Amino acid sequence: MIGSLDILANASLWAAVLRIATPLIFGVLGALVCERAGVLNLGIEGIMTLGAMVGWLTVYWGGDLWTGLAMAVAAGMAMGFLHALLTVPLGLSQHVSGLGITLFASSLSYFLYRLWVQVGDLPPTIEPFKPLPVPYLSAIPFLGEAVFTQMPPTYLAFAMVLFVAWVLGRTPLGLALRMTGENPHAVEAQGLNPIRIRIGAVMAGSGLMALGGAFLTTGAFNSFFPTMVQGRGWICIALVVFASWRPGKALLGAILFALFDAFQLRLQTTTPGVPYQLFLMAPYLLSIVALILVARRARVPEALMTPYRRGER
Amino acid sequence: MRFERREDISLPALLLAPFAAIAVALVLCAGLIAMAGVSPLTAYAEMLRGAYGSRLAVTETLTRASPLILTGLAAAVAFRARLWNIGGEGQFYMGALMTAALGHSAVAALPLPLAWAVLVVAGMAAGAVLLLVPAILRLRFGVDEVVTTLLLNFVVLLFVGLMVEGVLKDPMAFGWPQSVPVASALRLPDLVPRSRLHIGLVLAIVMALVVWIVQSRSVFGAQTRAAGLNPSAAAFAGVPLTATLVKVAALSGGLAGLAGVIEVLGPLGYVTTTMSPGFGYAGIVVAMLAALHPVGVVAASVFVATVFVGADAMSRATGVPSFIADVIMSVALLAMLTALLFTTYRVRR
Repeated sequence: MIGSLDILANASLWAAVLRIATPLIFGVLGALVCERAGVLNLGIEGIMTLGAMVGWLTVYWGGDLWTGLAMAVAAGMAMGFLHALLTVPLGLSQHVSGLGITLFASSLSYFLYRLWVQVGDLPPTIEPFKPLPVPYLSAIPFLGEAVFTQMPPTYLAFAMVLFVAWVLGRTPLGLALRMTGENPHAVEAQGLNPIRIRIGAVMAGSGLMALGGAFLTTGAFNSFFPTMVQGRGWICIALVVFASWRPGKALLGAILFALFDAFQLRLQTTTPGVPYQLFLMAPYLLSIVALILVARRARVPEALMTPYRRGER
Repeated sequence: MRFERREDISLPALLLAPFAAIAVALVLCAGLIAMAGVSPLTAYAEMLRGAYGSRLAVTETLTRASPLILTGLAAAVAFRARLWNIGGEGQFYMGALMTAALGHSAVAALPLPLAWAVLVVAGMAAGAVLLLVPAILRLRFGVDEVVTTLLLNFVVLLFVGLMVEGVLKDPMAFGWPQSVPVASALRLPDLVPRSRLHIGLVLAIVMALVVWIVQSRSVFGAQTRAAGLNPSAAAFAGVPLTATLVKVAALSGGLAGLAGVIEVLGPLGYVTTTMSPGFGYAGIVVAMLAALHPVGVVAASVFVATVFVGADAMSRATGVPSFIADVIMSVALLAMLTALLFTTYRVRR
């Protein structure tokens, strides 16, 4: 037990926590933006996989790391558009469409990767993002190493939390988006188009999800391989509920989750004899427990999963 | 553009929908095949040949279809009651694991039909319990079952790994992580000699017929449909919603668990962590292509099995990545979802 407390006091653990949290922060923000507008996006797992593949491939083909992230966002938005098209104007089941998007986006990623990339014994690698120490701040003891010596996309993730919170809470656009998730008929009465707002929100959210996926292959790892997203998308869907659909709490949830993940990784090495599968199971079980704790109190957007049809109650 | 609900759904339109969806999927995926530098017609011909070109190919396709019928039924019965069971993959593995755990123990000493009955009941119970947990979490705490069933898939797969590397490890497998094989007397008899096709296929088809009769002729079937179509109206009419959903969960999880049982007792004989090529997830596609109809599930399973077995052979012959099978399936799913819309709604300008 003393040993595990020592782990917590270690700045490199906290640096790892923020690194592990980065894809989750992007993913949970993406899911949150979709759901605040009233659309559940279960395509997240596949969109993250596609983002991971496209981001990596762009860099592998000679693109800049930032170009890779941009291409991933574009691919994610395209998938988001498809999901939005099926669920918003057509009003199809958001569950089934989302799962279909996940199956489609991930199988398309694997197909194109296998088609375009020669894989030998080991998957080919790229040069990933390097930690960028923030001038002056990185010299602070402990905090400097834990917080201010991260890869640039991690800083972007934190900025994105503030940006999404500001847009949702402080701008007319955010108000319209939230209203679409609560009462689309009221939005229509205001002379706005709830269909367009939902399509836009799903595309923006899917872009963020893909960004989270792209960080996996351009920051956390340096190669792409099938099933690498490992259920992170589903965990993000659980984290949105845990966060009660609020960006600040979503950040907190992602960090808590990452802390737990980093902690179990260290425990794996310090406690031999316990099968590693038990440690790997823990994050998934933790997500379920978190859902049980908050499910009753969660403030679900009123019109979540209700398709909007003009003139129909 | 607006949608108007049709008064009656025409049967021919409903029967046509899956064929239209599959046609759309094949046309769209032809583009991807062409990107690989192979003529789509050649590729699809190779797929057909790979799935039906020889006696062995036909039996392999039907062997692949057998567990798919059961995971497809599992998804269909759950979706009909709006219970979103996405955990077919995990329930499949629980059934398989239970069979492997019991299949080399005292159960193997029982007289044959009884031993099979015990394994089937135990495997179905294991699958059912895995779905009852998320079902009860939803009913008791309001936790969305989509997320919990999805997350449990990962937990179960790790649990299978733990078992086949631990207490169930086969010491004769040269270090490969696989379970001790079940007693050879327990293996299901072959339907066709010198093939992997076993009587599990017959069992799966019988289950489809049983589910069909239960759904169309019993009170429970009517309650399931009512609970799925309009829960509040069903409750008002006196349908016990909680009890119905619990029964549906037990049935759905049990069917997926049974798929695991026949896969272990039939072609494999043991459990590994890679024994399922996504049977649980493919079951969802099967159920949707069948428009959730139990008899349609049988046909849709054969189609999905054809794509998978055919794509493997086609990939070997032409070099097109075999992941094309998953792409075809997912596009067919999305196309079917859209096609179903037009069977229930008409478009008005």
